[in-house]
Amino acid sequence: MAVEINKEKYRSQVREVVLGATSADGGTRTSTIKVGGEASLPFLQFEGAIPNRPVVAMEVWDIVPEDWPANLKSALGDVISDPAAWAKKCVEEYGADMIALRFKGADPDLGDKSAEDCIAVLKSVLSAVGVPLIVYGCGKADKDNTIMGPLAESAEGENLLLGVAEQDNYKSVASAAMAYKHSIIAQSPIDINIAKQLNILISEMSTPLLDRIVIDPTIAALGYGIEYSYSIMERARFGALSGDRMLAMPMIGNVGNEVWVKKEASVSVSEQPGWGDEAERSMAWEAATAAALLQAGMDILVMRHPRAVELVKKSIDDLMQDNSY
Amino acid sequence: MGLTGLEIFKHLPKTNCKKCGFPTCLAFAMALANGKASLEACPDVSDAAKEALSSASAPPIRLVKVGAGDNVVEMGDETEIFRHDKKFNHPTAVAITVNDTDDVAAKLDTINDLNFERVGQQYTVEMVALVNASGDAAKLKAAVEAAAAKTDKNFVLISEDAAAIEGALPAVADRKPLIYAANKDNYEKMTEVAKGSGCALAVKADNLNELAELVDKIVALGYKDLVLDPGSRDTSKVIADMTQIRRQAVRKKFRTFGYPTIAFTNKDDEQEELLQATALLSKFTSVLVMKTVKKELLLPLLSWRSNLFTDPQKPVAVEPGLHAIGDASENSPVYCTTNFSLTYYLVEGEVDATRIPSYIISVDTGGISVLTGYADNKFTAEKIAKAIKDLGVEDKVKHRKIVIPGAVAVLKGKLEDESGWEVLVGPRESSGIQKFAKSQFA
Ligand code: B12
Ligand code: SF4
Repeated sequence: MAVEINKEKYRSQVREVVLGATSADGGTRTSTIKVGGEASLPFLQFEGAIPNRPVVAMEVWDIVPEDWPANLKSALGDVISDPAAWAKKCVEEYGADMIALRFKGADPDLGDKSAEDCIAVLKSVLSAVGVPLIVYGCGKADKDNTIMGPLAESAEGENLLLGVAEQDNYKSVASAAMAYKHSIIAQSPIDINIAKQLNILISEMSTPLLDRIVIDPTIAALGYGIEYSYSIMERARFGALSGDRMLAMPMIGNVGNEVWVKKEASVSVSEQPGWGDEAERSMAWEAATAAALLQAGMDILVMRHPRAVELVKKSIDDLMQDNSY
Repeated sequence: MGLTGLEIFKHLPKTNCKKCGFPTCLAFAMALANGKASLEACPDVSDAAKEALSSASAPPIRLVKVGAGDNVVEMGDETEIFRHDKKFNHPTAVAITVNDTDDVAAKLDTINDLNFERVGQQYTVEMVALVNASGDAAKLKAAVEAAAAKTDKNFVLISEDAAAIEGALPAVADRKPLIYAANKDNYEKMTEVAKGSGCALAVKADNLNELAELVDKIVALGYKDLVLDPGSRDTSKVIADMTQIRRQAVRKKFRTFGYPTIAFTNKDDEQEELLQATALLSKFTSVLVMKTVKKELLLPLLSWRSNLFTDPQKPVAVEPGLHAIGDASENSPVYCTTNFSLTYYLVEGEVDATRIPSYIISVDTGGISVLTGYADNKFTAEKIAKAIKDLGVEDKVKHRKIVIPGAVAVLKGKLEDESGWEVLVGPRESSGIQKFAKSQFA
């Protein structure tokens, strides 16, 4: 007896977003990245096309990340004191699809770097690597509002992915994206209605921006509330496929940022004998967090540990194998 | 495939005796059709009717058990595709592979030690999968006996040679292992062995079509405690097959696939295996058979399992109130946090590890985390101040110092005004509490 394969008929698909721009499009990237475009739930190729594979962006800081656990710092080596060298190593040695440059040094408590200093770092990273870039501020809205505009202007035409626009602070990033031809991360606190609302607000500023939005649904580390993010993502993706155009964006998650501050990512095996070797455990925590989020539809994973990146990329290879019947 | 109320009604006694709690047999039939009543409520229904109606009243996925006594693992009985619709009922059982060519006793010592404590919960692996890797029936038997002497865990007995299973089974039959597997060549004999022992039987085929055929044949032989293996091993294909099986059972009410499932990892590299296992566990696998025994890799996997199978509708909360950690006295430090169980146990674990007897106030935030509570006005200076008063903390300790989570440092000023206590801003992550306590209270 032949089983009648169950294929859901979806009304719509996720928007496809292009990141980065080559010289043909007014940028200097040697390659661009396409994300999104899914016409099925994660990895169910049997019912709809998944034209683009999920990608991994590796995180690079403008200052030495002193607080990162020793396992992580030693895995990366001494490049962490030089953003351009660090980015280059991530691309050339670790196969990063993108670089996520975070301007932590602009934080008023961590050096209060000026916009000019930030621009110099951005330029050095842009010339060190040819992949598309994600650019994050320091995370403090007041300061970020003063640096994101100038950063966007200095890289006009590169089609950076600029982070982050939030419900109560989206205008400056959105106008910078509009004016200087970049894309934008719309971040909402694990709330599908806020995610939608924010996209509506951004589209009211500029309709074409709708095709340049990536949703950050807010994630958490494995063991720290990740299941809430997982379910919000499943709902958002299902909404996108069911025809909700304001949810039909690719999704991005800051995996490394959540994982590497947690106890599992640093406590030594001598302090916590039941948890196993810390170097491997911490790496595995980041990799497994990413692996879980992939199953809910994550398109861009921002990560830190080279081996975790390698494992996730291999796992994506496996998941992208055609499984149609 | 479900029966309508009228179809069910035909099989009922039609006496309207009301013993089922419904005014008429028809009303009861309607309730049954909608899944709002259970056939057992009618004491007078005939055996013939029970037989006829069992398919209508059975859940879309059969509940199948492995193990006996306190160790029983329940599988199946799922009704959902997405966890946000309703809780998944039965967490994936994890089985670790032991070959009959291994040093079984030594490997079991390692497996017995795979117990983890995290955020007030115990995680462990439930099963040992004994594989007849030697191809020698006597070896499997010896391995099963050696394993049984070593552990209370449940077993999966893996051999497609029915005689090998039959020979090894008696040693552990009372522990109701899962038999793996019936295939198209051996199913008659395997079914007989499973039936005779009452053990669940895995059914292995090369694809979904052959699986359906084989299941129907085994059911026709009168056995239904089955676990499905569509034979796929590559991650993407397993996910597709598992999704099909779940959807066919739940959405299409296709009885042939209404059973729990089993999947195997096929990665040699243990770290790659972790990622594969994470994917399979996320997508409808009831029993996951894997190889690694590394704690550093199993801890993240089992943590993910615990996350995925929590109830999405209600946060797990602890009793709000004042908790004494150790032999707390009038000089003990006082910490405050929320009553979200994850948050509370993270904090309690760290406070306990300071070895300084302490108090923790868990403020009633309705079971949500620190920042979620803060953003939703459930973890505020007023609420903390009120908790200090209401819980009589001022009678319990002589000092007037309270530690708040670093994430809500902004509450300091207001809380000092509201409570009259001195507020110490603790670290942002609970993992910093030990160091903090050493510098403040040692
Ligand atoms: C899961 C989650 C939810 C879940 C809540 C689940 C729950 N039971 O709490 C849901 C989906 C319901 C939710 C809702 C909302 N959320 Co929410 N949520 C999260 C998320 C992803 C993880 C939170 C979590 O579980 N953390 C794990 C726990 C253990 O962390 P914790 O309680 O903070 O405890 C840690 C530390 O604080 C410390 N600690 C705890 N206690 C103590 C005590 C002492 C003394 C010390 C020293 C340390 C300490 O130790 C712990 C481990 O390090 C975070 C983002 C993130 N990645 O963190 C957003 C986040 C907390 N949410 C946020 C918001 C805004 C909301 C909403 C208000 C959004 C909305 N709809 O308007 C709603 C709230 C409405 C409501 N009624 O619930 C924001 C808060 C922003 C802010 N800074 O104020 C966050 C930070 C996301 C963001 N970046 O915007 N959320
Ligand atoms: S108990 Fe049985 S016979 Fe009596 S009313 Fe209910 S369904 Fe009818």
